[in-house]
Amino acid sequence: MTAKNLIYDGTFDGFLSVVFYVFEHKLKTVTIQNESTVQQGLFSVNETIPVDETKANRVWNGIKSKCSTQSRYQLYYAFLSEQIGVEDLLLDYIQYVFSQSKKVDKDYSHPSILKIAQIAKYVGREKHRMEAFVRFKLTQDDIYFANIEPDFNVLPLIEKHFKNRYADQKWVIYDIKRNYGLFYDLEKVELINMDFPENFNFTKTDDAFFASQEFEFQKLWQDYFKATNIESRKNMKLHIRHIPKRYWKYLSEKQPN
Amino acid sequence: MADAAKYDVSCSSSGSQRANTNKGIGDASGMGICHSYTEDGRCVSLLKILLTNHCIFDCAYCVTRKSNDIKRAAFKVQEVVDLTINFYRRNYIEGLFLSSGIFKSADFTMERLVAVAKKLRKEENFNGYIHLKSIPGASDELMREAGLYADRLSVNIEIPTEAGLKKLAPDKKREDFIKPMIKVKNEIIQYKAEKKIIKSTPKFAPAGQSTQMIIGASGENDFQIMQTSNHFYKSYNLKRVYYSGYVPISYDNRLPQIGSAVPMLRENRLYQTDWLMRFYGFDVSEILNEQHQHLDLDIDPKLGWALRNLHEFPVDVNTADQRMLSRIPGLGMKSVYKIINARRFRRLNWEHLKKIGVALNRAQYFMVCESNQFEKRDLTPEKIKGLILQNSTSKYQKTLSNQLSLFG
Repeated sequence: MTAKNLIYDGTFDGFLSVVFYVFEHKLKTVTIQNESTVQQGLFSVNETIPVDETKANRVWNGIKSKCSTQSRYQLYYAFLSEQIGVEDLLLDYIQYVFSQSKKVDKDYSHPSILKIAQIAKYVGREKHRMEAFVRFKLTQDDIYFANIEPDFNVLPLIEKHFKNRYADQKWVIYDIKRNYGLFYDLEKVELINMDFPENFNFTKTDDAFFASQEFEFQKLWQDYFKATNIESRKNMKLHIRHIPKRYWKYLSEKQPN
Repeated sequence: MADAAKYDVSCSSSGSQRANTNKGIGDASGMGICHSYTEDGRCVSLLKILLTNHCIFDCAYCVTRKSNDIKRAAFKVQEVVDLTINFYRRNYIEGLFLSSGIFKSADFTMERLVAVAKKLRKEENFNGYIHLKSIPGASDELMREAGLYADRLSVNIEIPTEAGLKKLAPDKKREDFIKPMIKVKNEIIQYKAEKKIIKSTPKFAPAGQSTQMIIGASGENDFQIMQTSNHFYKSYNLKRVYYSGYVPISYDNRLPQIGSAVPMLRENRLYQTDWLMRFYGFDVSEILNEQHQHLDLDIDPKLGWALRNLHEFPVDVNTADQRMLSRIPGLGMKSVYKIINARRFRRLNWEHLKKIGVALNRAQYFMVCESNQFEKRDLTPEKIKGLILQNSTSKYQKTLSNQLSLFG
């Protein structure tokens, strides 16, 4: 039997539809790839699987009966990691829990289950970091704007947090790596795509776009940040472990002034 | 003003259950978030400031002491409110940690602290985190009001023993620290009782109270410090006790001199002990007692305990209960949880344990698993310690080797 390479549209429902397809046709040797990152295998046949919400829901309900809430979160988190090969790992996980009559989703001595738990942990950490490192800047249209560049696709995970927290201000959080963002208009959160002017500098605060009081508060924040440091306890290694350097460019307290 | 407040260690912003209401600003219902970190590696999650650095007291260990020649200033209530709201809106902070020097009297100062919290809650509809310092000697009514607006209250007892306090802060009395603590504790108990009957009872300091002790300023040993800390956890239901290595700020000859090192490693060992007490089911007397009054600096307190109690080991990870698993050096609570879950499916061997994340370098001498390879020699505690230290690198290596050369 030739190996099959199943291609899906990159959404979670799309992925679950592929899982349905694998079970339906009792496929043995498959790989699953996102359509935006397809690589041609030497000995495999490509096949594109359309999204089918009903089928996706059936798979998800099956997973519900086999996995705890925590494990289901881990599956979804791991999916959002967008790591190469994560779909195959997820498939292996799902096949394993379906093949056993008992619940085995906490069997951390199974390689795929442990691996998924670990990837989910990375994604969870990145989600938490974004909740911490988003720095809003007030624009002239009275919208609090922030741009981020997370390692994983965590925007869907942080939506609720920001919606609950900033219910009385309009805000945008924009993922410039994946080119989409969240916009909250005081009522609901929407997905948006934005075009930025060519000379737009994401690390700077340009007075053509941002409100004048923005500079004042950034300055106060920078001063505060400097004042809280205790020089005699300086520990840059620990500092960098907490805030890896790749996050510095969008943190207002880390900007040279 | 943040310059003085930085010596307050508490940065906790979790444990409160205050959710966003009426589309106001803020939400403190989940876990805490550290929005940034200072270069010394501490987290920045709250806007930590002093309302004023004027102070009528003269505590030797404090930068705002009366006799210290520094510039004095004070914030207006509205200024603190504006700063908090604007920082919060930009996602810089989780909330406010407001402390103060004492101007005029305890009540006069406490009133102002409460006024800030009240304004934030009532006028700005702010649901973020507020931590207020209870001013020693403030009246019960003010403490009650503070608890209605704040998520957490704290009084810093600063010096672990009464004798030390007398020496370094002659104007202060231990009772003054204890009194507001008791008041808050009783109010929390009362709130919890009323809450069961009337659901809409207003929240009272939902994140509890905490305190802080300075380490290495007045000569206490680890046994005394942890006894005090244990007493506070047990008698006053504190959520946290913080330990703060003394940073020399004065030429006062009652204190370590400027330029002497901050006892960071000792602070770390005390926190580890604190964790063992609160999460690992240890009693403080197992780790520190009359015979054993100092924590080892070169090894962690759990390993220290295990080496003194080798008769309890080795533990079989496939059968031991949670209590004994959590006592194995090199196993954290996360690993314990994973082991308990995983061993229901198959007996675990070294390979499984390694993947789960157990620090085998320490753990291997104290456990057996599904393998016929385990430590069979009858090693002495000193020998095990030697083997472990040989195969590990401590981030405190430099500090340690300095100390060794002093004594060696």
